[in-house]
Amino acid sequence: MARTWDGFEAVIGLEVHAQLLTRSKVFCGCSADFGGEPNTRVCPICLGFPGVLPVLNRKALEFTIRTALALNCKIARFSKFDRKNYFYPDLPKNYQISQYDMPISYDGYLDIEVDGETRRIGIIRVHLEEETGKNIHLADEEKSLVDFNRTGVPLIEIVSKPDMRSPEEAKEYLMRLRDILMYIDVCNGNMEEGSFRCDANVSVRPVGSPELGTKTEVKNMNSFKNVQRALEYEIRRQVELIKAGKKVVQETRLWDVEAGVTRPMRTKEYAHDYRYFPEPDLVLMEIDPEWVEEIRRSLPELPAQRLERFIRDYNIPEYDARILTSRKALADYFERCVQCFPKPKVVSNWIMVDILGALSARGMEIEEFPIPPERLADLLKLVEDGTINQRTAKDVFSEMLDTGKGPEEIVRSKGLTQISDEGMIAEIVEKVLAENMDAVESYRKGKEKAFGFLVGQVMRETRGKANPQIVNRILKEKIGR
Amino acid sequence: MELCDMTAGELSKLLRRREISARDILESVLRRIEEVEDVLHSYITLTPDLAMDMAAEVDRILARGEDPGPLAGIPIALKDNLCTKGIKTTCASKILYNFVPPYDATVVARLREALTPFVGKTNMDEFAMGSSTENSYFGPTRNPWRIDTVPGGSSGGSAAAVASGEAIISLGSDTGGSIRQPAALCGVVGMKPTYGRVSRFGLVAFASSLDQIGPITKDVADCALLMNLICGHDPMDSTSADLPVPDYTKALIPDVKGMRIGLPKEYFVDGMDPEVEEAVRKAAEHFEDLGADVREISLPHTEYAVATYYIVATSEASSNLARYDGVKYGYRAKGWKDLYEMYTKTRQEGFGAEVKRRIMLGTFSLSAGYYDAYYLKALKVRTLIRSDFERAFEDVDVVITPTSPTAAFRIGERVDDPLKMYLSDIFTISANLAGIPGISIPCGFTSDGLPIGLQILGRPFDEETIIRVAYAFEQTKGLKDARPPIAQGLGKEGRS
Repeated sequence: MARTWDGFEAVIGLEVHAQLLTRSKVFCGCSADFGGEPNTRVCPICLGFPGVLPVLNRKALEFTIRTALALNCKIARFSKFDRKNYFYPDLPKNYQISQYDMPISYDGYLDIEVDGETRRIGIIRVHLEEETGKNIHLADEEKSLVDFNRTGVPLIEIVSKPDMRSPEEAKEYLMRLRDILMYIDVCNGNMEEGSFRCDANVSVRPVGSPELGTKTEVKNMNSFKNVQRALEYEIRRQVELIKAGKKVVQETRLWDVEAGVTRPMRTKEYAHDYRYFPEPDLVLMEIDPEWVEEIRRSLPELPAQRLERFIRDYNIPEYDARILTSRKALADYFERCVQCFPKPKVVSNWIMVDILGALSARGMEIEEFPIPPERLADLLKLVEDGTINQRTAKDVFSEMLDTGKGPEEIVRSKGLTQISDEGMIAEIVEKVLAENMDAVESYRKGKEKAFGFLVGQVMRETRGKANPQIVNRILKEKIGR
Repeated sequence: MELCDMTAGELSKLLRRREISARDILESVLRRIEEVEDVLHSYITLTPDLAMDMAAEVDRILARGEDPGPLAGIPIALKDNLCTKGIKTTCASKILYNFVPPYDATVVARLREALTPFVGKTNMDEFAMGSSTENSYFGPTRNPWRIDTVPGGSSGGSAAAVASGEAIISLGSDTGGSIRQPAALCGVVGMKPTYGRVSRFGLVAFASSLDQIGPITKDVADCALLMNLICGHDPMDSTSADLPVPDYTKALIPDVKGMRIGLPKEYFVDGMDPEVEEAVRKAAEHFEDLGADVREISLPHTEYAVATYYIVATSEASSNLARYDGVKYGYRAKGWKDLYEMYTKTRQEGFGAEVKRRIMLGTFSLSAGYYDAYYLKALKVRTLIRSDFERAFEDVDVVITPTSPTAAFRIGERVDDPLKMYLSDIFTISANLAGIPGISIPCGFTSDGLPIGLQILGRPFDEETIIRVAYAFEQTKGLKDARPPIAQGLGKEGRS
């Protein structure tokens, strides 16, 4: 069921900007890496010196096409760049080379799933442009500084149709989109560094109304959580306005994280006539369909396809598969582990419970996880062949995490090998029974719980190393019933 | 005749025969500068030390018995909108009065390699906007033929320098006639190559889709030599054509027999100087005498060229000149309170009147609500003008026209009347809109003794045919040894 707000529904469209992972900038040879001492990754071209000219980085075009294909877009046969004119110190030429009426790609979609329901979100276009620099405002001084390192990093803009109906859908769309960009290695998805960011167009209307309400543009939401909170706030604000008989003003609003509200941006900062016109320093691009097909063939398996394959080939529950394929690195980890230890459900359980638990406890990404998948497989093999039991395995896992040692080494040095010697276990069982006659009596009278207690006592005597199946069997033989 | 009054071709021969040194040539040029620069003001910046170093290098190579290359040792003047590493490049604007580029324009790098001693940076209309070199922050340049007249513009300094012997050859830039018109007014040869023939990298942009760098020389042979050096593909300029470049000196053939030459009827308009019209008609007759087939043709959209140009060029300029904001380099105003005041004061004080006029015109043309009526419409008319030429070149090999409707006009005469000034380019603008090559060569004099230019236009990337036609005319018409009075120590006091 779609969400409503006092009889109103929300209409949300998202504009996502993502920095491409090319080595050099989009129109010059400078490094496109993040960071660096201010104004060290610059040249006369990205600084907009007099007389310099842009030359398109073909890799940036390729990455844009790659993204567009992953988002089911059509690729234009002819495309061009345009100048978007406005004055701002972080924009050295005082125009941005962008695309206006002939974007590289158009008309795609992305399927998302919210509350078990699949929704198809339309994508209007994916185009390529140049990133701006960064203004740094000094708190206690009457001046601002500009860092142009980021200027000219290739940036794609992905514009969705106003197809989302709730903050949850918007968040899901963004997460899926980010997954895809990271899957196909065109963007690192880093929201704090701003390499993946989004603006939202939001309006509300009475449920069932075919017309769109007046929209506002919400900016400055730098995390999934903030997108959700900001949209929630903005929808509520618009609904309250209308209910009070007031009108929504079309404007750009900034999300204030601290206050948890959106506020109108100062007029001066956005009231632009961008005076777009074709960039005369770059030629019309003719995109060769054969090249596009080549790029299409080089695309890796996308999250949705991988999800299906995981369910089909590994026979794991959809719930598991969805989590495992949510991140490319996580899915890769799973597959590498399964290659060495071909029991997918066992591997999946370990990843979902133990690894994801450890990651969130340590605030780590799977890429930084210290236990390689092959080592995890070694651990699972030790359980499988009876060298250690499941409980010991958890301890060994923690040890591996802390020390970086291999499972065999830990088991050997700590003497954790499981006791499967029946004679030895029988002896211990005898001892435990002798010391706990009460429990034996209770069990014989039908108290199942007492059996568990006796197993526990045996395990305690063996410091958890006894093979639980053998303990169970011998206990039952000895007590009878 | 002084060395500085000779052509590059003549000097190069003497140099190779070791009859003179590169230093001798440069010294002659520097002496001429000493004599006339105070009056003419062709240059914004002089670089005699650099020129001397380059000349010395040429002499060392010659002393080793090696070949320094065809134009080595030939002193050149560079228009001040061509970026020169380590040398001030001002575009004749206050806003760039102190700008020293850390890079060379591609053509400048090629000329350094070719060891053409750099004499200096020439005066121009600010940002190449103008037809008289009066719109310079550093003051006007005077015409060597008569110093109370303008040298034309915007490459007026480059044309005056070559005409007066203050340089042997020079480079200018041509957005709507800025090479050809001053060449005509100063009695020298000026060529605008096909758009894309010469790299624009390092040419400070006025209107990117129209700008083109080209040579200004004393004769057609020198033009061919300089074309050989500057033409060709440049990976730094996406709009430069990746086509082979012929040896233009091979086109120096004094023969136009059987060639079809078009004379467009739209280029003989009311208000043009009858002496100019007569000179051009005589030139046409001369071509007939040489065995060419001269026929009247029509370029029907000619009357819209000036209007179209002033929309396209100013629109691009309004964006190209946005970068001059006081943030990164160049002039920054003082006494502002916030960012926007810094922008507005800097640009208000840093740009001259004509530049501001064009920025406003272009900004207006691109504005929401006007774009379709002006910019978009202008692009469509531009296409029509281009197809006029395509059709014409189905029937003729070249088109000849006057370069300018009048010879050199008085300093101050048109500077307060922009529309009148804009009409100075009425015959040259179409070639930029169509992207085709054109040359202006001297074809006669007015009764006042001022040079008249003949324009020859050709098919895209067919500069060879133009050069051939121009060469044939020059070699048979007997004007090529004419030098302005100032080169003979006369006329410094002016006439009125």
